[in-house]
Amino acid sequence: MGRPATQRKSEVRLGREVQARIGQQLRAMYDDVVSQGVPQNIADLVRRLSDQDDRVA
Amino acid sequence: MKLDPTIRDQVLATVPSLRAFAISLCGNIDRADDLVQETLLRALAHIDSFQPGTNMPAWLFTILRNLFRSEYRKRRREVEDADGRYAETLKSHPEQTGRVEFNEFRVALAKLPSDQREALILVGASGFSYEDAAAICGCAVGTIKSRVNRARTRLADLLAIDGVDDFGPDRATRAVLAGGGRS
Repeated sequence: MGRPATQRKSEVRLGREVQARIGQQLRAMYDDVVSQGVPQNIADLVRRLSDQDDRVA
Repeated sequence: MKLDPTIRDQVLATVPSLRAFAISLCGNIDRADDLVQETLLRALAHIDSFQPGTNMPAWLFTILRNLFRSEYRKRRREVEDADGRYAETLKSHPEQTGRVEFNEFRVALAKLPSDQREALILVGASGFSYEDAAAICGCAVGTIKSRVNRARTRLADLLAIDGVDDFGPDRATRAVLAGGGRS
């Protein structure tokens, strides 16, 4: 705890904190899109295709 | 014969993360949605080759990735530096999240080689196991692991994350300059 930010090495060791931070940003970016759900046109497309007798487009 | 509603619901349930993956590959929402639609057309036309009870997301992601790769190869002949273009499309939407730090993360992500970016997203964001990610990408599990590790190391370098400081543009620029000379 409280280690001063004097590690000026360009070679960054991947500590747990860094990994967690990258993972957090990655998921935030991804979940931004996931939270938009299924766009209406895509939902319609899937329903239309799955109700067809012959699904081959 | 109509599609089993259970299967249809599994497909629909996968769409949100399929879009997120597509956007991370294309860097462009319109192209990503075209890719998702094309993927769904192909998947539903060949739904008989999906084995019920197996991993629907992995199956759909594999189809999408293969479609993207074949399209990417075609486009690559037209425009080199697809990764650079990806970075540009991201920079043109800086207000999307309104957070500088977040946008920097996107730009850094865009600088990764596409195979590393893809592996990192599948494992770190989509939540696939290394095994599933390897199956989706058609490579060995060890290859996925090393791509994910290299992606994380490179991102940390690009963002110059070393703890307490927040990373402003100057830090990021320095990280880019320092990042070239890895042994």
